[in-house]
Amino acid sequence: MSPRLRGYALFAAVGLLVLVVAPLTLPAFRLDELAKYLCLAIAALGIGLAWGQGGMLTLGQGVFFGLGGYAMAMYLKLHDAGGDLPDFMTWSGVERLPALWKPFANPAVAVAAVVAVPVAAAVVLGALVFRQRVRGAYFAILTQALAAAFVILLVGRQGLTGGTNGLTNFYDFFGQDPEAESTQRTMYFVTATVLGALYLAARQLVRSRFGRLLVAVRDGEDRVRFLGYNPATVKTVTFAVSAGMAGIAGALFVPVVGIISPSLLGVVPSLELVVAVAVGGRYALAGAVLGAVVMNYAKTSFSEQWAGGWLYLEGALFILVMTLAPKGAVGLYEQARDALARRRPAPAPVPDRPKTEEVPA
Amino acid sequence: MQSLLNQLPIGISIGAVLLLIALGLTFTFGQMGVINMAHGEFIMAGAYTAYMLQDWAGDEAVLVALPVAFAVAGALGWLLERLAIRHFYGRPLDTLLLTWGVSLVLQQAARDLFGAPNVQVAAPPWLTGRVTLLGGALPYPRLFIMALAVACVAGIWVYLNRSRQGRRMRAVMQNRELAAVSGVATARVDQLTFFVGSGLAGVAGVALTLIGPVGPSLGTYYIVDAFLVVVAGGLGRLRGAVIAALALGMLNSFAEFWTDASLAKVIVFAVIIAFLQVRPQGLFVLRTRRLT
Amino acid sequence: MRTPFLRPLAVAAVLPAALLTACGGESGDKAETGTGGGGNTIKVGILHSLSGTMAISEVTVKNSEQLAIDEINAKGGVLGKKLEPVVEDGASDWPTFAQKAQKLIKKDRVATVFGGWTSASRKAMLPVFERNKALLWYPVQYEGLESSPYIFYTGATTNQQIVPGLDYLKEKGKKRIYLVGSDYVFPRTANKIIKAYAKANGMQVVGEEYTPLGHTEYSTLVNKIGEQKPDAVFNTLNGDSNVAFFKQFKSAGFDAAKLPVMSVSIAEEEVKGIGVDNIKGQPVAWNYYQTTKGKANEDFVKAFQAKHQGAVTSDPMEAGYNAVHLWAAAAQKAGTTEVAAVKKAAAGLSLELPEGKVTIDGPTQHVYKTARIGVIQPDGLIKEVWASKEPIKPDPYLKSYPWAAGLS
Repeated sequence: MSPRLRGYALFAAVGLLVLVVAPLTLPAFRLDELAKYLCLAIAALGIGLAWGQGGMLTLGQGVFFGLGGYAMAMYLKLHDAGGDLPDFMTWSGVERLPALWKPFANPAVAVAAVVAVPVAAAVVLGALVFRQRVRGAYFAILTQALAAAFVILLVGRQGLTGGTNGLTNFYDFFGQDPEAESTQRTMYFVTATVLGALYLAARQLVRSRFGRLLVAVRDGEDRVRFLGYNPATVKTVTFAVSAGMAGIAGALFVPVVGIISPSLLGVVPSLELVVAVAVGGRYALAGAVLGAVVMNYAKTSFSEQWAGGWLYLEGALFILVMTLAPKGAVGLYEQARDALARRRPAPAPVPDRPKTEEVPA
Repeated sequence: MQSLLNQLPIGISIGAVLLLIALGLTFTFGQMGVINMAHGEFIMAGAYTAYMLQDWAGDEAVLVALPVAFAVAGALGWLLERLAIRHFYGRPLDTLLLTWGVSLVLQQAARDLFGAPNVQVAAPPWLTGRVTLLGGALPYPRLFIMALAVACVAGIWVYLNRSRQGRRMRAVMQNRELAAVSGVATARVDQLTFFVGSGLAGVAGVALTLIGPVGPSLGTYYIVDAFLVVVAGGLGRLRGAVIAALALGMLNSFAEFWTDASLAKVIVFAVIIAFLQVRPQGLFVLRTRRLT
Repeated sequence: MRTPFLRPLAVAAVLPAALLTACGGESGDKAETGTGGGGNTIKVGILHSLSGTMAISEVTVKNSEQLAIDEINAKGGVLGKKLEPVVEDGASDWPTFAQKAQKLIKKDRVATVFGGWTSASRKAMLPVFERNKALLWYPVQYEGLESSPYIFYTGATTNQQIVPGLDYLKEKGKKRIYLVGSDYVFPRTANKIIKAYAKANGMQVVGEEYTPLGHTEYSTLVNKIGEQKPDAVFNTLNGDSNVAFFKQFKSAGFDAAKLPVMSVSIAEEEVKGIGVDNIKGQPVAWNYYQTTKGKANEDFVKAFQAKHQGAVTSDPMEAGYNAVHLWAAAAQKAGTTEVAAVKKAAAGLSLELPEGKVTIDGPTQHVYKTARIGVIQPDGLIKEVWASKEPIKPDPYLKSYPWAAGLS
């Protein structure tokens, strides 16, 4: 079987597992949890694209996740309120619907905003910082500060955003009760399908001319510039795509979990997503997805057993991965496979497979 | 009007706090390109050192704690450098994630060692009181922090410019290869740099016990601000860090006076982004011949 | 570039399989909600943050709830069955609270849940309990304006804590009040109420400031306070910010005699971290102190300290302890742990508890509580200096206060 064919077979196998086996065997409550992990995996996919392929370590992905999530939640809140003020505005002392909320009464606008707002924010930020060649550590720290500032802003404007409570208690998600088991199930399938589609799209992007340019920018930005390309554009576009993915993830998160709040968007959750990507393997898009699901699953199940220990485990795991296996689980898998292949009495070698090893940070 | 005037010394004292927490970073981040997210936890280690010492050192605990905290946090930093970071040179972004893992472990360790609630470090009696400056009151603890910041900056300046070790450090900072070729043991300089940089975090931690909470989350409250100072000041520039810290302190002080604490933070961030538009490498650029 | 990017998916394939094995044993439970499971025990859920920033506070409540469960079990349990606590970690993260609540209700089939601390965690759990028609006991004073049919509130609502605190300041002749709070729901709502109260009672609010959660730089705020020369400060800061605020307030030359700061989030537990020197003499408003008189409290403090040496007991801990006893009494009275029956039996139920006589108000599902103003002592404990004559009827929407019209 050619590697390419084997790849598709694997994709199909994973798809089968996620779309058929899991829903048949998992209890509703666990399926809902898995749906949450898949949402986070969508955001992780965006990080994989920006960081793994493009070398932009974005520590503020929570911002875009939040923008998408709030766009969706605002519509749901307005819909539930049915012309009145959303419940939290009443107890925050807001008397008239703020202008910012008005467009979100329209579901089409809200759904469009889920992608458009994060993308626009990323384009503005990206255009500002990348054009000035702010990169590497500077960029990482700026995005981190952005996440911190975003949370402060959200929390501080309680009448507009629900403050620390965030937005919760939705009754009607496009005609369904979001807490009903059937809706949860549907949402699971929707999330899984969206993740699959975005994964394939991202993969296509990486394999395209643009993708090659992106990797080139990652590995030698100045050289790419000398060749006549504009790295700022390449980076901004990629950053915007990853922001859009985070926005979609946030929007799906709202019906799946039933809440969006600033505590999901700050410095720590944003970092945790990056951690997950690193553990899964940042240079492969599948690694990002895998990492997000595994790490979040581990977090949930581990904190069920030993609450304080999770921090030790997460910290230790992370130190180990970064020192011993910077390419994450996928990297380990590839290493093992290559080692195995070497030991075997050399079957037909795969001559046209370029080495993917030489990837500096 | 009077309280507006008061904001001036307040701005300086906020700047002094920012400077103290960021000083160590100008070394580790500026010189070695290591984004040490555990810097906040080294600050925490310094604060807990003061807590541990206050029982037998009594009223002088703060003074006694300064050198001890420097050694404790420095040792932690040195250990971190030896065990992990030295494998990471040239991969600055990876150090960020690595040290974040370290910071998680240290936080939880503090929680297990000292308990989750805050502990109390009593301010010594000789630090209760205040002087009147421009008509406003400036508490002694704030003066102490300012004096400490000045002392640290002066000490570092002398060290970097007058001592043999310091000159080696600067040599490595400006051009690692050339320094190595000229016979500087860069690995040893790196260890020393990390020791000093982390030790300064410990000193900052002792100072912070005078004005803030001492608990496992202490580091997380300061880390983002500390990095912003370094970014705005320019990597590895002592001068840049001093000016950036004071400027951000002032900005913070007046922005909060006219608006509120939440908005002040957002304003500071916006100003930094705008500033980086003008000077993408921070206030002062370290000129090297490196091509990225 | 023909790198087979799909190949790493092989690793991904392992994961759902692992998930499946891990969850395999859970699909068989088909019992009804709220029965606490079959067998010889009744499962009850405890859902607090055992990790993260809120763990400091919530772990103590978890401990007192477990103490109450042990006490009940020692006396033979409820309806002849022992209580079996299922403890979950909310991890200081609101969505986690919602999810763990779901797990406790659907997977563990607990009879009831005791949990939550922050308003945000309660708001996140509320829809879960309402949709599943399950029961939550929430043990912390909060901002009112809520009355869910599936939540019992054993902490104070605003008219049992904030309003008495204001009454006390008014009685002391304090006219100019400065409001300081952390930026979240409780302080903002509390301050809205305070402003309405001040307007009706000839008091003047001379400043209102919020700082982000975890804020530690208070010199500007202290300067602003000094500028306005208020008679008193009403403090709704949260957690670590209190430490920074009081240290900097004290070192700027303020103390209780010069400018009293009425706090509603500082209990015995927090005093230690702030440092008694920085806060002694300052008033606080609660419904219970470790020093509260009465046999029930002596027993509670003794039992708690026997388990946790050197620990103090505080208002939220006592409210959590009460919640367990109240639920147990209601279930006993109802003869079942079924939610609707327990709710019915709980209305009007009255018990002698550490803070005194506690009665559940049927319509609001809050409890009658005695308001107590205390002053922080040099030993770190709090001494009661004023108390309401009798337990105050809970009024989460402040309907019986004319000045509060238009607030909710």
